[in-house]
Amino acid sequence: MDHPNCQHLLGSLSDYIDGELGSTLCSEIEHHLQDCENCRIVVDSLRKTVYLYKVTAGTPGMPNDVRERLYKRLDLNEFIEKRPLK
Amino acid sequence: MDRNKQTTEDFSLQALRAGDRTEFARLVETYSALIYRLGLRMLDDPQDAEDVLQETFIKAFRHLGGFDGRSSLSTWLYRIATNEALMMLRRRKHPSISIDEPLETDTEIEEPVQIVDWCCMPETELMSSEARAYMDKAVEQLQPALRAVFLLRDIEGLSTEETSQVLDLSEAAVKTRLSRARMRLRELLSGYYGEHLARQSRAHKKEEA
Repeated sequence: MDHPNCQHLLGSLSDYIDGELGSTLCSEIEHHLQDCENCRIVVDSLRKTVYLYKVTAGTPGMPNDVRERLYKRLDLNEFIEKRPLK
Repeated sequence: MDRNKQTTEDFSLQALRAGDRTEFARLVETYSALIYRLGLRMLDDPQDAEDVLQETFIKAFRHLGGFDGRSSLSTWLYRIATNEALMMLRRRKHPSISIDEPLETDTEIEEPVQIVDWCCMPETELMSSEARAYMDKAVEQLQPALRAVFLLRDIEGLSTEETSQVLDLSEAAVKTRLSRARMRLRELLSGYYGEHLARQSRAHKKEEA
């Protein structure tokens, strides 16, 4: 983080890994990454961080007792049994 | 997200607004697990998550008549649930933590301290059960306002526009908060995996000696 550019670009890295930056800023970052090892590590680890959260997010599960209490609270008792098979 | 929009179109708004219970039960069946999971991750407490879940659908049922259809039904449900969860966090006994801290004015991203290249670690180690528990703990350490944006965007897969509707924020503010949340998580994970790599390298050196 010792180049004058690093701090300036930090706020854009999240948009950069989403591919949401305009072409000027995007090429500015890519140019900078070519000779800044630290920023390259930050970008790689930022991308990996988001990736890890996305792949481990998993399918939502809700315990049966939580579901039953919800249906009872909503006065939907007659629909409790109709859980579709996943 | 396309999936949500398609699902919204699968529901009859007319029936929902008229209080049709079969249609409402379908809505509950479709979204309750998503809402429960969001509550669990926002609050890290199964009882609180269940309270948020119940309150969300009670309020939804009560207010469906006034749902204007400008956002998708799922976005609307996420909005009720997120507000419930944030209110619950305000009620908790942490007066020192300000949820409403003006985050937009503070656009400066904290400078990365952990510069460790851990990306080449095998996925079995990156996603071990210990690592995943640490990942969850890291999310809990985010300020609630950042946590909400991160969960909606990166975990629930909402678009920037949908997240801005859920949280009543500008899209620019959503992006700023997402950036701060991700950079903070990167910092925490880098510390964790860096320590893991250092332990491994110490063990290697011992073996060689």
